[in-house]
Amino acid sequence: MNGPRRFPEAAREALGDSQLRANLRRATHTIRDRRAAVVAEIGEWEALREAGRAIKEATMRHLDVHLEALERSVTDRGGVVHWARDAAEANATVARLVHEAGAREVVKVKSLATDEIGLNDALAAEGITAHETDLAELIVQLAHDTPSHILVPAIHRNRAEIAALFRRTLPGAQGVSDEPAALAEAARRFLRERFLGARVGVSGANFAVAQTGTVCVVESEGNGRMCTTLPEVLITVMGIEKVIPSLADLGVMLQLLPRSSTGERMNPYTSLWTGVAPDDGPQAFHLVLLDNGRTDVLADATGRQALHCIRCSACLNVCPVYERTGGHAYGDTYPGPIGAILAPQLHGMRGPTTSLPWASTLCGACADVCPVGIDIPGVLIHLRGRVVAQAARGDVPAGERLGMEAMARVFSSRRRYEAAQRLARAGARPLARGGRIEHRLPGPLAGWTMSRDLPAPPAQTFREWWRAR
Amino acid sequence: MRVALFITCLADTLFPEVGRATVTVLERLGHEVVFPEEQTCCGQMHANTGYRAESVPLVRRFARAFEGAGADAIVCPSGSCTAMVRDQYAGLAAASGDAGLEASVTALVPRVFELSQFLVGELGVEDVGAAFPHRVTYHPTCHSLRLLRVGDAPLRLLRAVRGIDLVELGEAEACCGFGGTFAVKNADTSTAMLTDKLQHVLATGAEVCTAADSSCLMHLGGGLSRRRAGVRTMHLAEILAAT
Ligand code: SF4
Repeated sequence: MNGPRRFPEAAREALGDSQLRANLRRATHTIRDRRAAVVAEIGEWEALREAGRAIKEATMRHLDVHLEALERSVTDRGGVVHWARDAAEANATVARLVHEAGAREVVKVKSLATDEIGLNDALAAEGITAHETDLAELIVQLAHDTPSHILVPAIHRNRAEIAALFRRTLPGAQGVSDEPAALAEAARRFLRERFLGARVGVSGANFAVAQTGTVCVVESEGNGRMCTTLPEVLITVMGIEKVIPSLADLGVMLQLLPRSSTGERMNPYTSLWTGVAPDDGPQAFHLVLLDNGRTDVLADATGRQALHCIRCSACLNVCPVYERTGGHAYGDTYPGPIGAILAPQLHGMRGPTTSLPWASTLCGACADVCPVGIDIPGVLIHLRGRVVAQAARGDVPAGERLGMEAMARVFSSRRRYEAAQRLARAGARPLARGGRIEHRLPGPLAGWTMSRDLPAPPAQTFREWWRAR
Repeated sequence: MRVALFITCLADTLFPEVGRATVTVLERLGHEVVFPEEQTCCGQMHANTGYRAESVPLVRRFARAFEGAGADAIVCPSGSCTAMVRDQYAGLAAASGDAGLEASVTALVPRVFELSQFLVGELGVEDVGAAFPHRVTYHPTCHSLRLLRVGDAPLRLLRAVRGIDLVELGEAEACCGFGGTFAVKNADTSTAMLTDKLQHVLATGAEVCTAADSSCLMHLGGGLSRRRAGVRTMHLAEILAAT
């Protein structure tokens, strides 16, 4: 995505962009207020969340069984199931299917899974053009940008920026104003031609029901429904964790998702399809089941909670870190709190995404809103432990490990602890003035003193006072 | 009641006045206060930064220190250190494979309370007899709010203080950006959050910003001091001990 950068460095750059911060602040606060209002309407919200959590947990425990059931039901109803171990396999499968359909263009519904595997670029390399049809995805595509939010991919842009982009890139939109209706109309006119010409549609899936083979896509604009109904061939790429056992489970999820994501009681378009039906909709349906690291995530009993996510994005909208840095700083398809626990695991706990478990103050706002009750702070702490345990890879500064070990030794002995207190007092004396230390200090404290003074250790510790009293 | 103080390494070393105030409040309410001197640090910094193995000996030290205190309750003037004990100790003890440690943690944890939670929830006291004629704003720290669910206990205590002019903080529930080692590992993001929080504090016109956690107050106070803002930070216990 945005190159191999660790979070602290990528965040620093984003923090310098005041327009970005203003855009983000406005957008996240609007959605979060709306979510809070519609959630408050439901008396049994906590029970519903618990039901959602339980469904996910039970499904993950026997994921293989549910996936095989899904494969059987899809096949029984005339669909074709493809298993993809990784991004390369999934991309190759989709490209082959598009070629077999004799097409050079596809229309796409917004999909995180295809973003995760870089499908558009892979198709381009095969001479196939993929058109994003979700308004926000279209904006991102036209700007040669990358999504920065899992629900509102262009959240980092404001209306004026989008209008300028449309005037520059959309045929016939030279004079468009920055009114939302005018912008939507310009995009609609552009997209209509794509829909009518496309022979292949590509979608993701919000849920797939094992029992019936039904795939579900939830969206706001109706463009997704065009993609799943107009073309002759429909290819759906979904992460294997999106399976749920029954239609009753879908009932629970569809109550949790719209309220948590867009703050609506129900989203405008919920499309369900089951295999193929003669003379109705696509006449060929392919379901690509994507692993891409997920079975490894499943092996970690704590970390696997990240697979429970239904991608509502509520955690992004309440996260104070995401609000300041935006999604690009996370350097992955999945930003924000969910990204911080999912991305490093999908990448096998290697590379720059291992900095993400620390991209949180553990304030807990994410856990409070998550509709399926994922203990995001708990998983963050767990993953920090995993990264530290494998620190040979240089994911943790050597000095930090030494410092932590030294501190642990100090705290493990009352004698050493009290000696360290006296030492800190003596050491700080030359630096302190008027009870505070305002020097820029070296080492790990440099990060502290860049914006904060330090209190000077007082003449007497609490325990010294206690003994003397 | 016999109350054991869990004072936290930070308050012990840098903010002893918080510990003294906690003693004052509890003794004024007629309780016997003890301070087990073998206590050092609860291990939160280690556990939350990923050094789980290093935190286990500190769990053990905590258990030993407080087991022998013969106290009815263990009271701590820090929401986050209390949350560390209440939220993480059982898991750390279980994973250590030490059955004895697990048993003593299981016995201790239900008796550990954050100060405001203890006063309001356990003792049913709101008016501790304090007087503090100043304009004050209260920041509800994240761990008190979301891990301990102390609710409005601190505000109830503050409202009962004589002469206080309690003013509401804008976007009070937003994190201040401290987050333990987050403050240095992600110093830029931490600073951005601090800046926003301080703007809200300054907008109240308060002389004092209070909270029930010395660590967040150290961060807020460090920022206020750097800005020469003329606003003081004080721990909730200090206001409750004032007469
Ligand atoms: S982790 Fe929870 S809150 Fe965040 S996107 Fe997933 S389901 Fe929504």
